[in-house]
Amino acid sequence: MSIWVYSENNDLMLELLTKGRELANQLGVELAALVLGQDVASKAEELAYYGADKVYVVEHPNLATFIAEPHTSALAELVNKHKPDSVIMGATKRGNEVAARLAARLNVGCVTNCTGISVDPETKMLLLNRLVYGGTAISTQRCKTKPQIATVPPRTFEKASKTDRKAEVIKEKVEAEEPKVKVLELKKKEVKGVRLEEADVVVVAGRGVKKKEDVAMLEELAQLLGGVVSYTRPLAYDLKWSPTWTGMSGVIIKPRLYIGVGVSGAIQHVAGIRDSKVIVAINSDPDAPIFKVADYGIVGDLYAVVPELVKKLKEKAK
Amino acid sequence: MPKVCVCVKYSLDVSEIKVDPSTRTPVTVGAKRKTSDFDKNAVEEAVRLKEKQGWTVAAFTYGTDDAKSALREALAMGADEAILVTDPGYEQSDTLVTSLFLAEAIKKEGPFDLVICGEVSIDGYTYQVGPKLAERLGIPQITHVRKLEIKGDEVVAERDLEEGYEIVSAKMPVVVTVTKEINEPRYPKLMDIMKASKKPIKTLTAADLGIPDDKKGAAGSGMEVLKAQAPEMKRKEIIIKGKEPTDAAAELVDLLAKEGVIK
Repeated sequence: MSIWVYSENNDLMLELLTKGRELANQLGVELAALVLGQDVASKAEELAYYGADKVYVVEHPNLATFIAEPHTSALAELVNKHKPDSVIMGATKRGNEVAARLAARLNVGCVTNCTGISVDPETKMLLLNRLVYGGTAISTQRCKTKPQIATVPPRTFEKASKTDRKAEVIKEKVEAEEPKVKVLELKKKEVKGVRLEEADVVVVAGRGVKKKEDVAMLEELAQLLGGVVSYTRPLAYDLKWSPTWTGMSGVIIKPRLYIGVGVSGAIQHVAGIRDSKVIVAINSDPDAPIFKVADYGIVGDLYAVVPELVKKLKEKAK
Repeated sequence: MPKVCVCVKYSLDVSEIKVDPSTRTPVTVGAKRKTSDFDKNAVEEAVRLKEKQGWTVAAFTYGTDDAKSALREALAMGADEAILVTDPGYEQSDTLVTSLFLAEAIKKEGPFDLVICGEVSIDGYTYQVGPKLAERLGIPQITHVRKLEIKGDEVVAERDLEEGYEIVSAKMPVVVTVTKEINEPRYPKLMDIMKASKKPIKTLTAADLGIPDDKKGAAGSGMEVLKAQAPEMKRKEIIIKGKEPTDAAAELVDLLAKEGVIK
């Protein structure tokens, strides 16, 4: 009996180890971490100190680059050999596409982007929570057969810390399908300053912000608060002001302070900011839905309010 | 001529879903539906292949009879054929079942050189149907595509991933899932909508596709939904109204300082 955790993303792997350890203890089963790739033996040795009982390490030239098909086939081989009760994977885009494909191959249930996992006291199966209907509701789902496959987004759980106890590191041999997709190039996304998902304060520009130049005003506000500026999807995607945005389909954030400027508060956006510690909204429309989910708000013209806020914060800093 | 298959979902319009205040459960019965946003991008991309390179476009949906609206929209946008894959167990189907029905229908109507889906549906948001469809068809998947090009018998695609844009190539057939950024879906002209309303829609059922009862609906699904409830949002809702910007700003700064979120 065992729970497996796997992510190609190192931080996310540590987060999965935290939850995996908790669930394994609760169920009295083993926790195993998977490391897939080429020349990953040292990575597996290091990972052995983060709470797992076993680390399965799989090295294969077909796994050198992350392609969905060979990763799916390697995971399917391992699952068929060891028969884990559940496989919990990181909900990166790569993680989700492999989890889904793996579930189809094994003909088992798969629940993506889980924001909570607990044990069903009756069936001992996992209760998997996820947002549905664009963030309108949280749904509790349960797989019907094993292995249960679930994916968890980044920063849902705390990272596991290093321990003295070392997991048993086990080398596994797999066939791993030949990759049929060739990677030609990876153009890194430019990150200026703090990453959005790690920022302590996030000022989000919504449709109330009329011109791209006006974002400078928000930048100044964010800077004074030690934060970063982000966008709602219409501004980022439709108007192409930014390659990333905040919301259910973009980056889900949990900052100490969120300030929505001219943000109406569409449910898909709210789903991405729900776990912020304090939510502030500035909008000229008193009926904007954002005010219903805000701790503090100002009904007013952002073009008048934001400069005043900047002024007050500057005075305060003196 | 090469053929492209595009899959669309007649999704719940999530912006219209109401929550029953007494139970906090979302009311989905009778809720408005529309073609899932990203699926329109999928149709647009397929229709552009038709216009630029003479491909034939077939639109598929798995759903109930009302999902024909999504197919009519695809036809109006320029699809040549439309296939409704339907089953009484649709509402209880998870992505395992959905991908099986679509894959069997695509095999029956195919072969296709390319399958295009939206990266995710606006209501379920699972990101699972594209990859599962690729697995069931036994072909590679290229997900989250923001640029797509056909070069001979290969596709070259630019994927939008967390860490960057990954440019990949693969020999067709492949399943491609597209982002909203890939194109601007057209609004069909009134004439095209009228024409589309007269085009035939083919219907395929489990019997036509040889799908046994234990692979359908709830029985065929790998997971079950135990409950769905609107999350409780307990916020202070202290809203400053009708004040001069300078006073409102001062008050907000004080409140945030008291809260301890600003220094």
